[in-house]
Amino acid sequence: MPDELLQYVVPKVGGKIYRGVREIRGSLLILDGVEEAAYDEVALIFGKDGRERVGRVLDTSIGTAIVQVLGDREGLETDTLVKLTGTTFKIRLSEDVLGRVFNGRFEPVDGLPPVLSGEMREITGAPINPVMREYPHDFVQTGISVIDGLFSLVRGQKLPIFSVSGLPHNMVAAQVARQATVRGEGEQFAVVFAGIGLRKTEAEFFLEQFRETGAIERMTAVINLADDPAVERLMTPRIALTVAEYLAFDLGMHVLVIMTDMTNYCEALREVSSARGEIPGRLGYPGYLYSDLATIYERAGVIKGRKGSITLFPILTMPGGDLRHPIPDLTGYITEGQIFLSQELYSQGIYPPVNILPSLSRLMKAGIGPGKTREDHRYLADQLYDAYSRGVKARDLARVIGEIGLSERMRRYLRFAEEFESKFVNQGFYENRSIEETLDRGWEVLSILPEEELVRIPRRIIEKYHPKYRS
Amino acid sequence: MGERKGFIVRISGPVVFAKGVEDIKLGEVVYVGEEGLLGEVVRVSRDYFAIQVYEDTSGLRPKEPVTATGKLLVAELGPGLLGRVFDGVQRPLEDIAALVGPFVRRGVKVPSLPRNKRWHFKPTVSRGEKLGPGDVIGVVQETPLIEHRVMVPPNLSGTVKEVAPEGDYTVEEPVVVLESNGTEIPLCMKQEWPVRQPRPYRERLPSDVPLLVGQRVLDTFFPVAKGGAGAIPGGFGTGKTVTLHKISMYSLSQIVVYIGCGERGNEIAEMLKEFPALKDPKTGRPIIERSIVIANTSNMPVSAREASIYMGITIAEYYRDQGYDVTLIADSTSRWAEAVREIAGRLGELPVERGYPAYLPDKIAEFYERGGRVKALGRPEREGSVTVLGAVSPPGGDFNEPVTIHTLRFVGTMWALDTDLAYRRHFPAVNWLRSFSQYADIVERWWVRNVAPDFPQYRRKALRLLTVASEIEAIASVVGESALPDDQRLILLASEIIKEGFLRQTALEGEDVFCKPEKQYWLLKMMIDFYDKAYELIKKRVSVEEIMRLPEIYEMMQVKEDERGLEAVKELYGRVMARLEEIAKRHGVTLESKAGVIAGA
Repeated sequence: MPDELLQYVVPKVGGKIYRGVREIRGSLLILDGVEEAAYDEVALIFGKDGRERVGRVLDTSIGTAIVQVLGDREGLETDTLVKLTGTTFKIRLSEDVLGRVFNGRFEPVDGLPPVLSGEMREITGAPINPVMREYPHDFVQTGISVIDGLFSLVRGQKLPIFSVSGLPHNMVAAQVARQATVRGEGEQFAVVFAGIGLRKTEAEFFLEQFRETGAIERMTAVINLADDPAVERLMTPRIALTVAEYLAFDLGMHVLVIMTDMTNYCEALREVSSARGEIPGRLGYPGYLYSDLATIYERAGVIKGRKGSITLFPILTMPGGDLRHPIPDLTGYITEGQIFLSQELYSQGIYPPVNILPSLSRLMKAGIGPGKTREDHRYLADQLYDAYSRGVKARDLARVIGEIGLSERMRRYLRFAEEFESKFVNQGFYENRSIEETLDRGWEVLSILPEEELVRIPRRIIEKYHPKYRS
Repeated sequence: MGERKGFIVRISGPVVFAKGVEDIKLGEVVYVGEEGLLGEVVRVSRDYFAIQVYEDTSGLRPKEPVTATGKLLVAELGPGLLGRVFDGVQRPLEDIAALVGPFVRRGVKVPSLPRNKRWHFKPTVSRGEKLGPGDVIGVVQETPLIEHRVMVPPNLSGTVKEVAPEGDYTVEEPVVVLESNGTEIPLCMKQEWPVRQPRPYRERLPSDVPLLVGQRVLDTFFPVAKGGAGAIPGGFGTGKTVTLHKISMYSLSQIVVYIGCGERGNEIAEMLKEFPALKDPKTGRPIIERSIVIANTSNMPVSAREASIYMGITIAEYYRDQGYDVTLIADSTSRWAEAVREIAGRLGELPVERGYPAYLPDKIAEFYERGGRVKALGRPEREGSVTVLGAVSPPGGDFNEPVTIHTLRFVGTMWALDTDLAYRRHFPAVNWLRSFSQYADIVERWWVRNVAPDFPQYRRKALRLLTVASEIEAIASVVGESALPDDQRLILLASEIIKEGFLRQTALEGEDVFCKPEKQYWLLKMMIDFYDKAYELIKKRVSVEEIMRLPEIYEMMQVKEDERGLEAVKELYGRVMARLEEIAKRHGVTLESKAGVIAGA
């Protein structure tokens, strides 16, 4: 039997092949007698069951290497053949990746042949030199009022959705992917979708959405399903971003990368870290979780002198809805803002159920204003935010002392909050609003308040845009 | 000790174990592998040594060569630092981009200071003079803002044998030759210093002058002294980076060293966009000419992040020794501590708290202790300072974690940023109840001498008022504001005015981005005097509603942005006081100029 294996493998790969592993511990193979395995090198593993697997070198010293098996490892014996390929994990890239669907090892799962031509790229990527970054400043219109109006997305930004299981974050992401445009430009646009540990129905939902709008032609999907091996989840976002970098910085496209669910990525990282016996940080997640996430998120950006851009729209579900859990916490420290979804709003039937107060877009100020959106945008957004926070305060107070106990002024803010949620925030899944429409809606709900309450807006702007002066 | 060769035996992430160099020493710089990746020896034992590699180690193999250089990790010091951007091990990022394009590739070797650039050197010593450590031998106009004083390195002395005439030289050409015990020591404009050792000085001076940053809540309530140390902890989105950016842009320091360690690349891009555009108020020159940026963003190698802090502070000390007031900003020290933790973990060191090694407090202390106001070595006499400001990013915004706890032990000022304030878009989101400044009492004397003798009273009263107001607010949120007695409602009104009109301050643009001390004083005086007078009226049975209806209340909250500046505040002050007198007259009461009491204080 083993000789059969040899007969099968040797002609196929050639070169030096190692036989036998000392120990199989979870997904880790410990190899003895190995000379010069390179750190992070890719290994091919041939089991007696006749299946070929892929692995990566995690730790190497003279005489020993630790190889992590990607994919299914059931049925492996210590009598296994291992071939060190001599290179780190690379994928082949050309324009043909558009319109394709791959798994977490970059093997096609759409029934079409693999990408054959093009150049090989390492999936870990190299950091963008900070001095070569262009500060992001192009407004992306998502057609969703609450995002465009209050938490504007800017090309080259990384803006995550912080959600909880059961909320419609996938719908929001699909709607953004469908509607996102930069106005007044006929530039090339592409979507890269990374599904990390997705349920089949979720993956189907996204692919269906993209097919429906014809967006599939302009996108690449890398999908790791919930029953695919966890360690492949570590490669899925990196493959997606390597594709995105190629499309953006080689082909000059504006790429929107949607990654869901980053929580599954972090779980996989914890699993691998504990298998390696590393010292855990908070809640068992490795101490380098922050740096590791940064090597993913920081690949978003705009580069001076290059045409394309990478905008990142990751989704994560907060375990237990806890914002202070390490995953949302460390993500928030890296990303440029966050959009929170709220259970409370969703149960009132409001879509998208964006929790306004803790949400934020850090790069908004550079992307809005005259020539980009409209001159009143910043003041209007400030005023809406401020008024809504007063409205929420009034609602809290009303719960304690009753609405009757509120002052006239507080009651008006309470009404504002209700109107704001139902007329401004709430919108249809297929409703695509222009930024003008969004801003005008904002003015409309704001006109509930007396003019002297609009302290964040300069007089001349009020006189130009307030419905009272326009009609 | 020259170059020696060894070889790799094991690779574990950024840590590489090697063998074959008998006399390897701790801290020695080594080049690792065929590509010659930069690394530093962090552990030595009889049969192996461990190297912290400053670049990505993917693809390295056991048995690849290791070259030990015999040198410690040093900073290259000399003209050519200002206005530039370096990575954590002082490689100029512009030069890397010119060599390899927009992505940072590993194994790139570029000198820190430009080798071909000629600087106009003016000698200030003459032949035969006896020179000691730190003596200035000549000057170079490094940028239109800063005169670079070339000094004798701290460990050298001798008699001047030769002096180059005034003229243009590169940093490697000797400009002075010293003679000491019969040997000649050529001095050039460039010198080196091991980054992990503090540069020596003659004596430490007290820190009693405030570093004015122009943000009212910081300058008035929680000042940091020149040469002091401050920490700014806060959860994400609370504005740590924005606050520190503003300090680096507007504070009255002569030189700013900004270390972006483990933070966002786009933030560095933003600084590099703003710094050349923003003018220094005194000279009208762009502030990039007085700034040095060290950018080791979160996705760049983690071990270089660990080194970046030392690189930055060594450069800061070097300009301090020239006689400048330097502000050093580290954003974020938590990411640096995580780098320390990661290296310690790879070396198999025992973790104590949340995975951090037991020596974390020592490392934090060493860093903050390198700040200070000093009299520098050498002649002419010079005084300089390094003010150290560090951002802290506590997990979950919870300050009860090792990095925050240990940092607070070693700093004099804490600006505690508050998530709730940030949610209310109250910026700077400095929590006035949790923040502290141990320099407040000392720098108060400066305010008394230079601004107004009664400044301390106003400051204390305002703080007390805010404290009491927060307690009343808690009650009001249950019973509703209108159910409170009038004097408590007045306290809420006054605290509202202070919060909106004094504490809140824009970071964007316009009159309010930098508030001068005189204006800070007058704003506060206006608000407190208003409270005192109104309190008296209320005690004499005037209803608080009547006071709340005054249109000047809204003006008090807005006057900070008035382009007429101080003049507008003084004018408004007059009107507010007159209004209150009017009310008093209407009710037939007289106002004595007595200070109001804050109930509950």
